Amino acid sequence: MLKELLSNKKSIILDRWIQSIDNSYPVETTKFLKSQKDRFSNPVGYSITNCAENLFNELLSSRSIQNYKASLSDLIKIRAVQEFSPSQAIGFIFLLKQTIHNELESEIKAGMDSKELMEIDSSIDEMALAAFDLYMDAREKIFQIRVKELKARLLFNEMNGAPE
Amino acid sequence: MAEKKLKPEELAGSIDYKPKQKDWLDPSVEFKHGVFNYGGSPKSVEYLQQPNPRKWQPTDPDWQLPENWKQIILEGLKDRLDRFRSLRIFMDICVRCGACADKCHFFIGSGDPKNMPVLRAELLRSIYRNDFTLAGKLFGKFSGSRELTIDVLKEWFYYFFQCTQCRRCSVFCPYGIDTAEITLLVRELLNLVGVNIDWIITPVANSFRTGNHLGIQPHGFKDSIDFAVDELESITGVRVEAPINKKGAEILFITPSADYFGTPHYYTLLGYLALFHEIGLDYTWSSYASEGGNFGSFVSHDLMKSLNAKMYAEAKRLGVKWIIGGECGHMWRVVHQYMDTLNGPADFLEVPVSPITGTRFENTKSTKMVHICEFTADLIKNNKIKLDKSRNDHRSITYHDPCNIARGLGLIEEPRYLIKNSCNNFFEMPDNTIKEQTFCCGSGAGLGTDENLEMRMRGGLPRANAVKYVKEKYGVNFLGCICAIDKATLPPLMDYWVGGVDVGGVHELVGNALIMKGEKERTTDLRGEPLAGDEKQNV
Repeated sequence: MLKELLSNKKSIILDRWIQSIDNSYPVETTKFLKSQKDRFSNPVGYSITNCAENLFNELLSSRSIQNYKASLSDLIKIRAVQEFSPSQAIGFIFLLKQTIHNELESEIKAGMDSKELMEIDSSIDEMALAAFDLYMDAREKIFQIRVKELKARLLFNEMNGAPE
Repeated sequence: MAEKKLKPEELAGSIDYKPKQKDWLDPSVEFKHGVFNYGGSPKSVEYLQQPNPRKWQPTDPDWQLPENWKQIILEGLKDRLDRFRSLRIFMDICVRCGACADKCHFFIGSGDPKNMPVLRAELLRSIYRNDFTLAGKLFGKFSGSRELTIDVLKEWFYYFFQCTQCRRCSVFCPYGIDTAEITLLVRELLNLVGVNIDWIITPVANSFRTGNHLGIQPHGFKDSIDFAVDELESITGVRVEAPINKKGAEILFITPSADYFGTPHYYTLLGYLALFHEIGLDYTWSSYASEGGNFGSFVSHDLMKSLNAKMYAEAKRLGVKWIIGGECGHMWRVVHQYMDTLNGPADFLEVPVSPITGTRFENTKSTKMVHICEFTADLIKNNKIKLDKSRNDHRSITYHDPCNIARGLGLIEEPRYLIKNSCNNFFEMPDNTIKEQTFCCGSGAGLGTDENLEMRMRGGLPRANAVKYVKEKYGVNFLGCICAIDKATLPPLMDYWVGGVDVGGVHELVGNALIMKGEKERTTDLRGEPLAGDEKQNV
């Protein structure tokens, strides 16, 4: 029942959610993220749209955490190195919850089955947890790469007597 | 009294989902670790006799500038506006059409509007307007003018060291405004008060002192070349000569120092050595011109000129006829776009003529320096070398056009010609990410440090994104390039964004495929990795 409702409202929910993710960037950037449709000229905008669509489809189907991770991977890697705090980097997931609640306001007031809605909410929480894992993986990767570069430099200096 | 419970939407409303927005005229920046480069070491600044040597870091509240720093910068700007007509035009002519705005890899990857080339240039233009135009004097802030303050200076440092001078934006500018020139000049102004970064200033000092940016001394250089000769012999069974400082050789070969000290650059060196031996080239290496890279071009015209000059001084000393240059990036931009007016024309050298094919390289008659890809392409075109493409069958290759080569030198087809003649599996990345529109590695112009890694990942995203696409579509596992900075910085970029893609030079691929007279049966490539079909016996 709720799945069907969400499926009918998919387009509007996705639009609003994507808009709210775009809005996490400065105003001038938001315009670009929305207008440039080429995936190579606008990899961030493309990843946002792709990630949101895949996550939403997953929410309406298997709700597997592995699939959530696959859908989130590219965007989380991007936001893990952009100018966001950790909570800002993954916080966009909770905006889906707000968006769904807003779009279903009248149905909720009309006494919709809260159990189904709670399942959706919990599933979005799972997405957030998956995003948290991915965010940490990305940060760990950054530091591993940095350590690798530092080690290579130290080894080079040791071998060649180069100045500090 | 019990605390009032927040409703879920009120709770959500109290969460900050996005960074604080601010007006572009606000110059304040935050130096977070991971997105800026460390300040220049006083030892190197002093060695180069550049202004204001001191120990400092961008995170210091006090940058220990000279008392009259503002006067120095404004006088420096006036001087450059008078000397470089291009700068004055770039300051006046921009109509904010926005054609460049979304073309910068740092803007695309970071989402920071001040990385839009138009806005980055505006950081300087606003000062120019304030101090050098009537409109600025009359209308002040309303004309987009700003006063030069310490915060503006810090903002310059932050954003002009987030530009890799790749010139992608200038391809799209209807007026041909070259943001790389603006970046170069702002960095030159910053250097007047001692604001520069260590990964530029120390390599420049090293290049002055020992000839190469890593500070390797001549005996270290020779050891490394000798080691490569031994290693090439163990792979091919052929012993090659690698003459160093040989007076009277026909050709001087200059390449980035990373080619003989870095990985994966080193495999390209093996390729050069094999090729030069096979065609019997009369050439020499130089222990003083042991660096093609011109880190001076990231600081100022003067330092760029000095480092460029040493290549020609060495050509003169050794008495060669002309020069071949290796797989380097900014060396070529300097040679092609600046050398002629900095130190040229190189009248004491001869117009390059290939001793193997007789081809006269008229296009280099001023600089007398031929790109190795052009030289080798000419050999292949004239059937002077034999290549076995199947030796690269374990590779599915794509090619990254280095900015300084594609846009700076205009060399686009030759590397592809070499790859197609050396390999069976070549796949192009999408059109709007290659050739003149190539995306930068995100680490050029001195920004490739570990401390700046997160900014590099932002800037490199568009390039990596295109590689990821061809990896997923065609199974690409090798990213070819002909720039030393690319070879150093694309591997970590691939590691973070893509995975499973090696990076290497085009002459590594040529070296793999090259059939040498008297060679033993090859079972591995120049990396020592098994060839396709040979995996089992080499495990």
